[in-house]
Order: sequence, then structure tokens, then C-alpha cells
Amino acid sequence: MRSNLGFFSDEKFRSIFFQTLVVGLFALGLFFVISTTSYNLEKRNIATGWSFLQNPAGFDISFSPFLEFKSTDTHLKVYFVGVLNTLLVSVTGCIAATILGFILGIIRLSSNWLLSRLVYIYVEFSRNVPLLLQIILWYSILIQLPRVKQSLQILDVFYISNRGLYSPRPIFESGFSYVSIAIVLALISSFLINRWAKKRQDKTGQQFPVFSSSIGLIFIVPLILFFILGSPLSFEHPELKGFNFKGGLVIRPEFIAMFLALSIYTAAFISEIVRAGIMSVSKGQREASAAIGLKQTWIMRLIIIPQALRVIVPPLTSQYLNLTKNSSLGIAVGYADLVHGFGGISLNQTGQAIECMAIVMATYLSISLTISFFMNIYNRSIQFKEK
Amino acid sequence: MKKLLSIFAVVAFAFSAHAGTLDDVKNRGFLKCGVTTGLAGFAAPDDSGEWAGLDADMCRAVAVAVFGDRSKVEFITTTGKSRFPTLASGEVDMLARNTTWTISRDVNLGFEFVGVNFYDGQGFMVPSALGVSSATELDGATVCIQTGTTTELNLADFFRLNGISYEALPIETNDEGKENLFAGRCDVYTTDASGLSSTRAAASNPDKWVVLPEIISKEPLGPLVRHGDHQWGDVVRWSLNAMIIAEELGITSENVDAQTSSNVPEVLRLLGVEGNYGEMLELSNDWAYQIIKQIGNYSESYEANVGPDTPLEIARGLNALWTQGGILYAPPFR
Repeated sequence: MRSNLGFFSDEKFRSIFFQTLVVGLFALGLFFVISTTSYNLEKRNIATGWSFLQNPAGFDISFSPFLEFKSTDTHLKVYFVGVLNTLLVSVTGCIAATILGFILGIIRLSSNWLLSRLVYIYVEFSRNVPLLLQIILWYSILIQLPRVKQSLQILDVFYISNRGLYSPRPIFESGFSYVSIAIVLALISSFLINRWAKKRQDKTGQQFPVFSSSIGLIFIVPLILFFILGSPLSFEHPELKGFNFKGGLVIRPEFIAMFLALSIYTAAFISEIVRAGIMSVSKGQREASAAIGLKQTWIMRLIIIPQALRVIVPPLTSQYLNLTKNSSLGIAVGYADLVHGFGGISLNQTGQAIECMAIVMATYLSISLTISFFMNIYNRSIQFKEK
Repeated sequence: MKKLLSIFAVVAFAFSAHAGTLDDVKNRGFLKCGVTTGLAGFAAPDDSGEWAGLDADMCRAVAVAVFGDRSKVEFITTTGKSRFPTLASGEVDMLARNTTWTISRDVNLGFEFVGVNFYDGQGFMVPSALGVSSATELDGATVCIQTGTTTELNLADFFRLNGISYEALPIETNDEGKENLFAGRCDVYTTDASGLSSTRAAASNPDKWVVLPEIISKEPLGPLVRHGDHQWGDVVRWSLNAMIIAEELGITSENVDAQTSSNVPEVLRLLGVEGNYGEMLELSNDWAYQIIKQIGNYSESYEANVGPDTPLEIARGLNALWTQGGILYAPPFR
């Protein structure tokens, strides 16, 4: 007995023993979950497998801006439509939340008492009210808009009703491809000019008006080309025919509600992250740059923001991840995202709950890891490089 | 290894706990019955907060059969989507939830439909102001549709068959459908005709809504249980059949006491005066008597909940007895 205890008091043995125990218990638990699940599935005569993905869905999805979807398409296509819709609301939401968050974070720090108080109220309100309620609130407001036959008309081209926002759809005619090529070329050359100007400034100290020349390249040149080619662009206007508007572009209230709620909710967190980031830059930096005579806007752009970004980017990444995952709440307002379309309707019509959920989870995992991967690259590129 | 596996199987079995639903229900002391989140006439809380409706009566009938007490039932609300997992996981003992009997649900999902307590069909409801008189005029309309239902699939088929387009607005519950339809977010609401009548009855001005004449599908709605527990399936099946047979035999909650001294053999068998049918089901011998006494026969339940004298105003139609022009038919009680 005594010798046993002595063996156990050996630190190395103990650590190996407990680690093996934990791994063993985990494996046992996993085995138990899997075997119980498959046992019960079999007992309840629930068929398993992946073949259902190739079966026709049998239902329609109306919100599919990128892929055309018919009821004869497969469940696999339901999945792709869902992924694209999830990405659509996540990407647009992240962009809007970042812009709004940065602006609000900076305003919050402004010396204008009223402005900074207003942002404070906004942040506290939207951070502390559950997101689901905000989504439902926006949706409830949007469906109280006028009915489709009494749509609000703006400038004779936009129509707003509780069916969404209708706008003209641009139709690119032959010749427009030259304009697109010009825009791409202009973008590339602005990028090169920017690099060249930076190098020259580092060497000689001379500055080059990069911003105005880029604007000129990207906007003016293609615009001139556009008119030379005889305006190869026309618009298809939405028209009220029968029950709905036909033609044109439409943004559905389900999407608008999701977009507004997600970006406004996340912007509140981002603004706090931005505020913390800016405040983390020591006061001496600002005073020193003012002392060498830099303009206020330059101080922000050249001194404060680059240093603040190092603090901002890691928590910003997790806000992007949150926003993407929160987009799964689309089911509350019938937004046809991945969870609603594939993880909801397909799951329910086929009964393949475990398979559908596994696919949905794996997809969210991949999207999140991809976001983290790129944000980590960006994070590394802005870190302080010691020379 | 084989031994270990069998131990796991036994443990797994203990966890899934299906020694028999009837025993589980008896030990628990009350029935757990899955119903809709609220569909007037079928299952919805009444003015006093009591669940009432055709489906609610179905639940109560089973509770009466098992316990002889109509109050021994807990109503658990389920959406179109959550109903099957709720039943499969043992969260409820049975569903009486406007659920259409289809081959895939019966076979692939591992359930057993024990009968039909309402023969329905899918219809369309539109505002009368639209001036639409047929579903084929609905080209381009926005349609509110409950997701995960058979109606969702029928809808796609109907529009495809007729070569007209529509825009689906997916909703989760009947209440959401009502809200979107009344706000004009969708032009049309489609679900079982009975559900449309129920929704119409709940509108502030029912005359503003019309149910279109097309019935585009068969929707036999009935109670269901998990596949494989035949004893429990029998209890639910015969609780429903007892109510239908009672109507056939003219036994009502009012005359049931007098009927115990009837001279019709089937009446005596049903009411447990003769034979030991209750024992066969592992119930008390007066189980059917109690159902009729406490709930009533099928006709009484129908007239009280969805019949022409209720706000739903649904005529018996297909749901009349086979002897009266309908297709309601129960196997013999012997």
C-alpha cells in the first residue's frame, strides 16, 4: 500500500496518469454518444446517409439573388443558396458595421458633449438589447410600410413598400465591357502609383497627390470612355403588374431587417473596440505629432490609427465571427440563409436532422476559420515591425 | 469487445427509456400531448385558458382512456418544424397536431399514424378586395407558406403544374402567417382549408377574406406516435375509433349511461359491459365509456369545435360518417 502511494507521488507518473485518464474518458464519452445515437436512430427506423442531397427539394426559395432556384432542384442546391445568402448578409453586415463602428468610435471620443453622449446612449442601447429582439423590431417596422399598391415613390424610380425596396436594374449593353476594363486598369495603376509615390517620398521626401490622381483615374477616365462609346448602359424600371412589381432590382424587407439589426448591433461593439484602441495610444504621441506641426487629420491617419489598429484588429476579428454566426437568426424573419433553408426546410422535409446539422455546423466552422485566417494575415501585416 | 458493445447497447437502451410508452405514461401520471402553437378549433387555449379543439379533444380522449380523467394531460406546443423531433425524442407521447399522413413520414421518419381525425385539403385565402376568384389567377403573387409542411411541397407542385410563378414567403407559425397576410406582406395565405377557416375566423373582419374554391391536395390529418410501440399505438388508435364508433351507434355523452343497458351487442362491447377489450389494451374496462362520457363522440367534438355553429363554419363534408355521405369509417368493435 505504502509503495503504491509512493509510486503515485511521482510527479511524472501522476501527470501521465491523469492525462491518459482524461483522454480515455473523452474517447469513451465520444464513443458512447455515437453508439447511442446510431443505436437509437436504428431503433426508430430513421434512415441515415447522404443520398438525400441528390433528391429534388420540392419547395421554392424566393430569395436567391445569385443562383436561380426551382422546386425541381436538389437539396444540395438549397445548401448553396443558403451559403450564398448567409455570406451576403454577413459580408455586407461586416462592411457596414466596420464603417459605422469606426465613425461612432471616433465621435464618442470627440469633445462635443452632445455628440459623444448620443453615441454613448446608442452603444448602451444596442449592446444591451438582445439581437433577436432587434431583428424582430426592424422587421415589424418594415412590414408596417405601405402595401405594394400604395408604394412610396421616390424620384419616379424607387418604390418602397412592405414588399421591399424596388429600384431600376442596370442593363449592360455591348461596349460596356470596355468601361469595366478601364476601371480595372485604373484600379491597378492607382495601386502602382501609390507604391511608387510612397517609395519616392521615403527617398526624397517629395509628395505626390495620390488621392486626387487616383480619383481622376478611377472615375473620370472610365466616365469619358463611357460617353465616347455612346452610353452603353440602360435601366430596367420596376413596374407594378398584377400582384407585384415586375422587373428592376428588389431588396427584400427580410434582408433589410437582418442587415440593419446585425450591422447596428455589431457596430456598437466595434465602436467600443475602436475607442479603446485609440485611447490605448499614449497622449504623448498626439502631442509630439502636434509639436512637429502635423495637421489634425494627418495625426489621426498617420500616427494614431496605425498604432490603434494593433489593438483593434484582434477583437475586431471576433466581432466579424460573431456577426457571421448571428446571421443564423435570420430564421426569425424568414430570411433564407443556411440555417433557415438547408438546416430548416430541407432538414424538415427529409427528416435527416443529424446530417443536415453536421453540414451546417461544418460550414459555419469553415467560414469562421476562413475569416480568422485572413484577419490574422492582416493583423500580422499591421503589427509593429522592429527594424 | 463484443461484451463491451452489448453493455453499451443496454445502457443506451436504458437511456432511450422505451420500456413501453403506456407504462411510462401510467408511471408519470399524465399524458404529454404535442399540439399546435394555437389554431382555433383544433388546439388553442379558450377564454379560460383551457386547451380546446378537435385535436385537444383527441389528447384528452387518450388521457381519459389511460387515467379515466380528462385533465391528466399536459399540452406541449410544437411548430411545423419542431413537431417531429419532439415526438421522436420522447418529449411527447403522441402528436395530435394537424399533421398530414404521408408515406415518407410514416415510413422514413419512423412514426406511425394511427388514424385520421380530420380529412382536409389545401386551399388558398386572399383579401376579397383583390377580386381573385380562382387560384390559377395568382400569377406573380406573394404567398405566405408554413415551412416544413406538405403544403409547402403541394404549393410548388401546383404552381409548376399550372405554369405560373409565385414568390414564397416562408413563415414558421400560423400566427406569423396571419400577421404577414393582414399586413399585406403577402397576397395569399395557403394551408389546409380548415386552417384557413380558423385564420379567417380570427380576422377582425372575416368578410374581407375569401377562401378560393380550389382544393389542391389531400390532407388526411391524424394523431401519430413513434413507430415500433404497437401497444401504445393501439391505445391511441382505438381512442379515436371509439369516438367514431360511438357516433355510428348513436351514443352521446348525454345518453351514455342509459346505453349501458342497451340490447345492442356492439354498444355493450364498446361500453365495457360485455367482453374484456379494455384488458386487451391494458386499460380499465370502461375506458371507452369514460371517453364518451367525458369528451363525447366524434360528432359532439366536431360540432363543438369546428362545425357550422362555430366561428370556423366547416360543414361535415368528407368528415361525415360513411353512412351519411362522408368517408369517416372505423373498423368494427369486436
